[in-house]
Amino acid sequence: MAEWQSPSRRRFKLDPLWLAGPGVFYLVLLLIVPAAGLMFLSFRDSSGSLSFETYRQMFGAGIYVQVLINTFSIAMQTTIACLLVGYPLAYWLAKMPEKRRRLVMWLVLLPFWMSALLKNFAWMVLLSRRGVLSQILTGMGMGGPVDLLYGRGVVVFAMAHTMLPLAALTMLPTLLSIDLGLARAAKTLGASGGQAFWRIVFPLSMPGVAAAGLLVFISSLGFFITPALLGSPRETVIGQLLITQVQQLLNWQLAGAIAVMLLVVTLAVCLVYDRAFGISAVSGERSDRRSTGLFARIGTVVIASVARVTDILAGVLDIVPGLRRRGWLLDAFCVLVMVMLLVPVLIFLPMAFGSSSFLEFPPRGYSLRWFETYWNSSNWTGATMRSFGIAIVSALLASAMGGIAAFGVARSKSKIGNVAFLLFMLPMIIPNIVIAVALFYLFAQIGLIATDAGIALGHTLTALPVVFVIILTTFKNYDWRLDQAAATLGATRMGTVRKVTWPIVKGSVVAAFLFGFLHSFEELTIALFVGGGVRQTLPKQMWDDVLLQVSPTLAAASVIILAVVTIVFVAAEHARPR
Amino acid sequence: MPIQSQFSPQAGISPKLSVRGIRKDYGATTVLQAIDLDVRSGELLTLLGPSGSGKTTLLQIICGLVEPTSGSLFIDGRDETSLPVNQRDIGVVFQNYALFPHLTVKENIAFPLQMRRLPVAEIDKRVAEVLDMVNLGHTADRLPKALSGGQQQRVALARCLVYRPSVILMDEPLGALDRKLRETMQIEIKRIHRETGATIIFVTHDQEEALALSDRICLMNDGVIAQVGTPQEIYEAPANRFSAEFIGLSNIFDGAIADGMLRSADGDIPAVAGMQAGDGLMVRPEHIALTEPAQGFMSGTVTETVYAGADTRLLVALESGKSIIVRQAAGIPIAPIGSSVGLNWQPSAIRIVR
Repeated sequence: MAEWQSPSRRRFKLDPLWLAGPGVFYLVLLLIVPAAGLMFLSFRDSSGSLSFETYRQMFGAGIYVQVLINTFSIAMQTTIACLLVGYPLAYWLAKMPEKRRRLVMWLVLLPFWMSALLKNFAWMVLLSRRGVLSQILTGMGMGGPVDLLYGRGVVVFAMAHTMLPLAALTMLPTLLSIDLGLARAAKTLGASGGQAFWRIVFPLSMPGVAAAGLLVFISSLGFFITPALLGSPRETVIGQLLITQVQQLLNWQLAGAIAVMLLVVTLAVCLVYDRAFGISAVSGERSDRRSTGLFARIGTVVIASVARVTDILAGVLDIVPGLRRRGWLLDAFCVLVMVMLLVPVLIFLPMAFGSSSFLEFPPRGYSLRWFETYWNSSNWTGATMRSFGIAIVSALLASAMGGIAAFGVARSKSKIGNVAFLLFMLPMIIPNIVIAVALFYLFAQIGLIATDAGIALGHTLTALPVVFVIILTTFKNYDWRLDQAAATLGATRMGTVRKVTWPIVKGSVVAAFLFGFLHSFEELTIALFVGGGVRQTLPKQMWDDVLLQVSPTLAAASVIILAVVTIVFVAAEHARPR
Repeated sequence: MPIQSQFSPQAGISPKLSVRGIRKDYGATTVLQAIDLDVRSGELLTLLGPSGSGKTTLLQIICGLVEPTSGSLFIDGRDETSLPVNQRDIGVVFQNYALFPHLTVKENIAFPLQMRRLPVAEIDKRVAEVLDMVNLGHTADRLPKALSGGQQQRVALARCLVYRPSVILMDEPLGALDRKLRETMQIEIKRIHRETGATIIFVTHDQEEALALSDRICLMNDGVIAQVGTPQEIYEAPANRFSAEFIGLSNIFDGAIADGMLRSADGDIPAVAGMQAGDGLMVRPEHIALTEPAQGFMSGTVTETVYAGADTRLLVALESGKSIIVRQAAGIPIAPIGSSVGLNWQPSAIRIVR
């Protein structure tokens, strides 16, 4: 696959990496500078001199410490749950014949792009005292209305439910890259099914598992929607604390300190990951490292004993009739998980068309009255229009900056390319809430709070990694010899781009734009901070209403979001080249 | 002239491996049609055929990765048709080697022994032995990806030899190597086969490789066995048109048989005893001698010459337009393109093809 060197010219040639310039500038200006400013602030007292007062205050007050403990333990539990359920799901997807996998993938990707707010709102409705589950339990004679909400269990459950598609989709590329022939080879060498899985497939899938764990853990750290909606005060997490400290008390020092701590933990986790697997493994690339030493040896021993246990278990299960062939167990489990992923979202459909004045399932009658309420409310329609506008602007900005940067990074031979790559991935790695607070801090100084422009600029920032990665993958897989071929056939530079390069990459650029749109359309955190309670986007409007009162109008709004997301998602998947 | 088999099985010993009426359907398509095949203990048998002939399917059925639609498989006289793959005394060398990328060379080779719960000391000893056998002792602690293609191939072989399976299956193991390396590995495989006395079933679509390696060749086409025999038998006495055309180069003449002659469009050829209507006669390119025009059995015009060092191949267009190939050993002046030539051969060089 060696590319021919273009004839060397005497004159100085700029590395294509300069194309990443605008994006890098944007990231530095809107992310690095305000985040650094915020950190700086956390080490100052109110008079402006160096002090660790804020940190003493944070770690001194029992309430803050409790919130920190809550945040980390909930994030940990969520991560473990996501890995335990997501691994079988990803494994199941990886083993499918390609054609069927493409279909089933849709059912995982759709909930992946569904907003977290929607999914959690669904659980709020389903699990409440008047919810479906409570009704069923009552119907079965399990006593009066059961309240399943407001506890650690339901918070971890709903958070894991929200992040599960992320976990499964992160693990999938690694599992797919494992040659199925290896497990077969292990069996011809005398390994049982369990031995082949634990000794060969499982160790090879570790980079994907760790990447999924990393992403879920980091996302969970700054996540506040689930604890706020489904948790009790005892489940208060850092995110909620930041909202009160910043929005109500404007306590910048403490906000800075919390942001610093989240950043430090995030970076530490990333570093550990990088030491073990190499950070590029997050994007599914195989690293060349081989872990040696104590941990590797412990790992080998653990795997060997797990494999032995599976063998014994398999021996026992073989005796039970019907369990001799166990493939269906995985099928059944994964189908159940898929149903769990989809049902909470789809359940809005009948409820939004209900006729009674509160949310019920199944509805007793059907009507369009809640859609009329939505339609006649200037709050809702205004928020919807604003969300559309902001999403289009930020998707355009992100595609333009991310697209040319992706081209530059893909074509660059410079080592700085990796740095640029990491920089563009930064908004995905840094917890969203930290970005939101940093932006709030910056925008407060330049008068962009409570403006549509402010929200759009923020959404552009967080949409950048999504757009960048999609287009980068396309350019990395692009066969540049096609361009050389076009040149030898007489095409000019422009002609090559117009007739060869663009038609081939067009699909993925369109897909990137649409995914950028989706990202902004559903984004809550930045809208919450930067919107300042004045410029309401659709998710923000929903958030306020959910906190206030659960009404059927919310279900109608959810159906509208669901419809937009589904249409844009289908269009994006359609545009994406295979 | 009857051809003596080079391979002489020990009298009274039943075959190592017997395929009895094995058939495989995938939906409506039949990839293997009721095959019968005996593999003798200690021989190197090649399954040779074009892609889609069913050779790889047969191999996968033998090692237990694919279950046959019907028929049985006997190893050492025991019916092992439905024995799970990990309980068969069989070793497989895969086309892409299937080395475990996260394990070192040593760990890869130790894997089958660990699965058999051998004591650690025994494992170490055997791994060292087999690494010596394939000359890879210095690579023991490297990961597979740090090895060259030929070295990976030898690790795959070592991983298979180390647990001493009585049957070794090789699925186009040399396909990914370049020509030079392939020839070195062929010699290596022959040496190891001789040293270990293992029964080897080798799948390939490369006829030269099959001729070079095999004790016997099982030639397959369209899911059936076309011919089983030693390389010499198959080359010199092809049982049918497919065998004649697949192995080596051949010129086949067809026509009606009358008065003890085959009346081909380009001239009459004396028929061979036992010929039936529809049979053709075959002559190999190296058995054809060029003569003056109008002498010999038929004549034609040289249209192309291909120089190949040890010999030169000439394409000769006959009067009917049919092209035949003639092989001239080095040292004879090459007939120039456009010259008219006569074609002659010894009657004993002629074979019937059905």
